Formats: sequence, C-alpha cells, structure tokens
Amino acid sequence: MWELAPYLMTPIVMIGAWLTGSFLERRHFEDLLRLESGSRDVLAITVEDLPEGWEVERCDLVIGNVVISQDYFKRVAASIKGIFGGRIGVFEPLLERARREALVRMKEQARDHGHDTVINVRIETSALARARSDAKGTAGVEVMAFGTAVTLRAGARKQVGPGGGVPL
Amino acid sequence: MLISNTQEIPGKTVVEFFGVVSGSTVRAKHIGRDIAAGLKNVVGGELRGYTELLAEARGEAIRRMSSQAEEQGANAIVNVRFATSSVAQGAAELFAYGTAVRVE
Repeated sequence: MWELAPYLMTPIVMIGAWLTGSFLERRHFEDLLRLESGSRDVLAITVEDLPEGWEVERCDLVIGNVVISQDYFKRVAASIKGIFGGRIGVFEPLLERARREALVRMKEQARDHGHDTVINVRIETSALARARSDAKGTAGVEVMAFGTAVTLRAGARKQVGPGGGVPL
Repeated sequence: MLISNTQEIPGKTVVEFFGVVSGSTVRAKHIGRDIAAGLKNVVGGELRGYTELLAEARGEAIRRMSSQAEEQGANAIVNVRFATSSVAQGAAELFAYGTAVRVE
C-alpha cells in the first residue's frame, strides 16, 4: 500500500491544484464583478484626444499591474493540448482575469489621485519567465494597464453611455 | 514633473522639445518571494510578490527618467512608453521612455 504513495503524489497534487485553482478562479471573477462596479465612476477610454468641450485641470500617469499564474493542472493540460494545436481554452480566463484586474487597479489609482477619467489607456502583456515544455517553469504573465488620468474642469460635461462612468 | 502617455499634456501647450529621455532598471526575483511564488504557482492566482516587485521597479524606472528630464531643464514628459523584457531566467528589465518637453 505505502510503496504506491510516491506514484500517487503527482495525481494528488494535480487534482488538488485543479480544485483549488478553479475555486480561486471563480472567486476572483466574483471579486472582479464587485471591484468593477465599484470603479465605474472612473471612465477609462483608449482615445487620446479629448472631445471638444472637455477642459483638463490637471493630469497624472496612472499604472495598474498584476502578475498572475496558471495552476499546475491547467498548465499541464495546456501543454498537452499544445501538441495538437488549436484553441487553448484554459489560458483564456487567466488573461481575462489579469486584464480586468489591471484595469481596475489603474482606475483605483486614478481615483486615489482624485481623477475621474483616464484617457489613452494602453494594456501591455508580457510573459515573465518562459514556461518550460514540461510545464514546470513559471507561467506567470504580467498585465499592465496605464493611461493618463485627468480631472476635468468643473462645469465640463461628459457624455457617457450606460456602460461606463456616471455623468458629472 | 508632469508625466503623460499622450502626445501633449492635456490642458497645456508644449513650448520646447528636449528629446528622448529614458530610465531602466533590471530586477531579479528575491529568493524568499520566489519560494512563495513557487508554491502559489501550483494553485495559480496572483503572485503578489512579483506584482509589487514590478510596480516598484517601474516606479524606479520612471524616477530615473524624470531626473534625466529634470537635468535637461524639462518640466514634463510626454508620450511615455513602457517595455518589459526578460533578460535572463528570473530577471526582468523594466524600461520607461518618453519625450522631455517644456510646457506652459
């Protein structure tokens, strides 16, 4: 019985990683919904030129970043799937989580500085260390969102849709 | 020092260009953080140690860029861009660059 233990280690770690990883992922998505609705008063746009009539009082560079990694089970699953090619679905939620988190952090930093709008938002993704083919390397990705946070002069009206921001 | 990733500082006019300024820093992961990150790597999720490390390093790169701009007599940096590259296993270079200008 006990001599089997070393062989059972890997499957146990993998199943444990899968369950914990999936749980953390679900919880993160719930957190993101809450955080995103909390930062809706900050409007983020990728447009650089401000629409006419928007007068800027002051501005700051704001950055939000996050380093996130995939769980061991999904990393192995992705490397197996990688042999056959095609869509690697397990990595899509990871990048989505990272991007949304980075955007929220950027917006929160903007709000900490007292701004209500971020213009010229850019999102950059970089792999921190190359994942090894045996799925043991760090598969961390960093997502950074940055932009110029601005405060509009009082009285300036901003027109926004139902999706983002609130009217001044 | 006004820093912006837009073509000009919103609400101000550029009166003088000083050229490209840049700042960079290379950071390696810390052994303690690396062990923690290694464990976290099994279950996945945010590697907080690395997030902070990179944010800190990027701040340093921006500071170096600003002091370079200051030396030249600029009061703002426009069109700031960032680049991150893994130079070696476990080390990353954070690079920030932009155009030093004087605005009014």
